[in-house]
Amino acid sequence: MSWGFLRDILSGVNKYSTGIGRIWLAIVFVFRLLVYVVAAEHVWKDEQKEFECNIRQPGCENICFDHFFPISQIRLWALQLIMVSTPSLLVVLHVAYRESREKRHKMKLYKTPGSMDGGLLCTYLISLIFKTGFEIGFLVLFYKLYGGFNVPRLVKCDMRPCPNTVDCYISKPTEKKVFLYFVVVTSCLCIVLNVSELSYLIFKYTIKCYLERYNKKVQTMKSECQKLKYVDPAETASTALFHSNASPVLDRKKFILY
Amino acid sequence: MDWGTLQAILGGVNKHSTSIGKIWLTIMFIFRVMILVVAAEEVWGDEQNDFVCNTLQPGCKNVCYDHFFPISHIRLWALQLIFVSTPALLVAMHVAYRRHEKKKQFRKGGQTCEFKDIEEIKSQRFHIQGPLWWTYTSSIFFRLIFEALFMYAFYFMYNGFRMPRLVKCNAWPCPNTVDCFVSRPTEKTVFTIFMIAVSGICILLNVAEFCYLLIKVFLKKPVFFFF
Repeated sequence: MSWGFLRDILSGVNKYSTGIGRIWLAIVFVFRLLVYVVAAEHVWKDEQKEFECNIRQPGCENICFDHFFPISQIRLWALQLIMVSTPSLLVVLHVAYRESREKRHKMKLYKTPGSMDGGLLCTYLISLIFKTGFEIGFLVLFYKLYGGFNVPRLVKCDMRPCPNTVDCYISKPTEKKVFLYFVVVTSCLCIVLNVSELSYLIFKYTIKCYLERYNKKVQTMKSECQKLKYVDPAETASTALFHSNASPVLDRKKFILY
Repeated sequence: MDWGTLQAILGGVNKHSTSIGKIWLTIMFIFRVMILVVAAEEVWGDEQNDFVCNTLQPGCKNVCYDHFFPISHIRLWALQLIFVSTPALLVAMHVAYRRHEKKKQFRKGGQTCEFKDIEEIKSQRFHIQGPLWWTYTSSIFFRLIFEALFMYAFYFMYNGFRMPRLVKCNAWPCPNTVDCFVSRPTEKTVFTIFMIAVSGICILLNVAEFCYLLIKVFLKKPVFFFF
């Protein structure tokens, strides 16, 4: 069980995504997952061992490290990657549900189980909203936990059992800062892609709905016109004679409809 | 999830590349990715642990290491390889889009005589012409830009490509100018020069491929290409 598992699951989502969704997937794989595994993980490898405080008091370093890094940035990044990728599974589950329904009823219920309409469209939109929500949530968490996206060289710690305010030095702060900025930039890019995909889908299907309704209206009007064109002229004359006090409105209507 | 994923993605693009492109891809994976994974990572493995400063002042080593190595060579190479491989994704996406269009046409029944089945569409090789030419050429252009940018960043950050044995550091909290010793400087210099040389060869191959594509197109249709 490793990142390869997530990659295999997400590759299945690719089939049911829009073009923007596929770009999002490529960015997640290449610029986030791959960078995390081949580069970023090693930067934070010995972070506690290399965290050094200017004191010999046992326990002071441990307490200070725990105070400044309640959860390590790299672990938060990993959680973010998992949470942000998971809503896409909703779409895969929905398609699997549709396929099982078709099998159960032994007839074709949908154009194709993966076609983006009705319920599947709603699921896709919900997954986009969740993805965006998680991205923003994690960025805010990063910001709040570490006081911005900066990694300082030196932090001052005065927790017990440190006897007074002690200087503690973080290892590789510049490299960690560079990777944090990388996380922020790729996150923002993914948020922009998700929001554009959401807008594009809502816009496309609203226009489609509108056009369908408009076409239906035009079709019904056309068929009414056709019906009225083929009324027997003799019949109209006889009804006019029979109803000598036929309303002038009705007569006017006849002339208008032709 | 590792370099194998990148290899799988780029391997798909290989089918539609020129011969120079195929040579570039081979050099990328054998002389850069493999060397990075198999050898270079071992050399830089414990770089901070073995970085020793001639002082007992706590924190001095951390600060001096951070000052002289803002980003480790290994990470910079990993990022360079990822960024340089990414333009090929543009070509992969373009090819996937064209295949998707052909599959749609095939399903509608428009061009049934051209392909026997969908499997043939999947394994079809696209020639580099028309819009694909533009995508392919742009991808080579971006590759060149990224390679050059990273080479420059390397040179700028480390003042050349040599790894010194000794660096003098006077960043606070070091009490005065302190001698710090880099671990395995010669081995690191050797690998740095090797990686830079291979980068240079890749740049030359990209430039050659770029010129080849331009010449091929202008010789075929000198005036009417753009219409």
